[in-house]
Amino acid sequence: MKARNFRFIRPASLDHAYRILAENEGDAVPIAGGQSLLAGLNMRLSAPKLLVDIGDLKELVGESQADGTVCLGALTRHRELLGSELVKKHVPLLVRAASHIGHVAIRNRGTLGGSLANADPAAELPACAVALGATLVLGSVKGERAVKAEDFFTGLFETDLRPGELIVAVRFPVMPTGTKIGFAELARRHGDFALVGLAALASMHRDRIGDARLAYFGCVDRARLARSVSAAVEGLATPLPSAASFEAAIRMDLAPEDTAGLRADTKLHMAAVLTRRVLNSLAARAPA
Amino acid sequence: MTNPIHNPSNDLFGEDEVTIEATLNGRPLRRRVKARQHLADFLRQEMELTGTHLGCEHGICGACTVLIDGRTARGCLTLAAQISGKTVDTIEGLAESGKLAGLQAEFIARNAAQCAFCSSGMLLTAYELLSSGETSSRAEIREFISGNMCRCTGYHAIVDAVEAAIALQGKS
Repeated sequence: MKARNFRFIRPASLDHAYRILAENEGDAVPIAGGQSLLAGLNMRLSAPKLLVDIGDLKELVGESQADGTVCLGALTRHRELLGSELVKKHVPLLVRAASHIGHVAIRNRGTLGGSLANADPAAELPACAVALGATLVLGSVKGERAVKAEDFFTGLFETDLRPGELIVAVRFPVMPTGTKIGFAELARRHGDFALVGLAALASMHRDRIGDARLAYFGCVDRARLARSVSAAVEGLATPLPSAASFEAAIRMDLAPEDTAGLRADTKLHMAAVLTRRVLNSLAARAPA
Repeated sequence: MTNPIHNPSNDLFGEDEVTIEATLNGRPLRRRVKARQHLADFLRQEMELTGTHLGCEHGICGACTVLIDGRTARGCLTLAAQISGKTVDTIEGLAESGKLAGLQAEFIARNAAQCAFCSSGMLLTAYELLSSGETSSRAEIREFISGNMCRCTGYHAIVDAVEAAIALQGKS
């Protein structure tokens, strides 16, 4: 449970961090909160040669709102998502999700950018970023580029981040009025990674579901839009009496594998139960 | 870089050991630390502050909880090198300062510490909850301490103790 040896550097500025990452291409890993990275290092799942401590870079801190977008710095801690009035008002899905991330001590340290860069398929924030249609701002010595969350997650713990790049900020569209959010996850214990989780965004016309954007986590290989389920639930009246109308779509969007103690068909059943629960909660909730 | 004694290559490639300047238990700290050493090992092995315990060393058990800038953090998921410029408080510092006295008295009164392996982490987490100054329901207390594992008490006595300490704080 001790990390292998590595070098450490604390850049003085974001530009300095970019130069370090460029010079050490492939050997350097940025560390912010480190709540997943250090657990992995302690278990020797990875062994980078250099850790670049970006945890105090002011360029990566802060929240702002402009042109229908809320922009959050990559260093936004999970705890800050829970306390931000701006996030509460315009991106409430993040508040719902953040309370499920780890425990208090983890939320005090872990960051938005770190969670997205880590791209754990069982993590809450990647799925939320996809459901919300967020855009990630990635920076390097070559400058900045914007990537949609849907295109950012490319596989199991894999992202579109190129060597030398890091996440600078994340832009979330301000939630339109009339749009409802739903979020739930099933975990063996509170604070554990979810076995199945769902982040949902939908317009509601009285009790009917309109445009919906659903993203699962925990039984997917990466955060991505559940297109089949999102389409299948459109026009359905809530409360839904059963999962029959979207069960086939779940099988198209999710490809769970058998894992120790949990068969794939059990996970699919859990996903169906969770989906119905989340969809039924949409109509019940007061306008966000 | 303007500093003449600075080795310019270190500015891009880092070092195996780095200098940290921080505040530990109210006192200034300046040390060379190994890059790979996590904060809990640093506290225990270098500073001989063994009240910070180590259980799982991958962020599950909460025994290594310390306060960084007044908020709980996992000592095993923080590098000593990361605390530069920050304020770190351990169970030793907080206990000696008297800030934990109320919580400690309630823990003792209710046998909320049996083997006490979890107690230092549990007390610091409870301290963060008390520091918020808000009242908490039993469910909220349970949620707040859910990142600290106790294998003795079944948690009831701990929740009782934290609840009592919050109630006392509200009266004073």
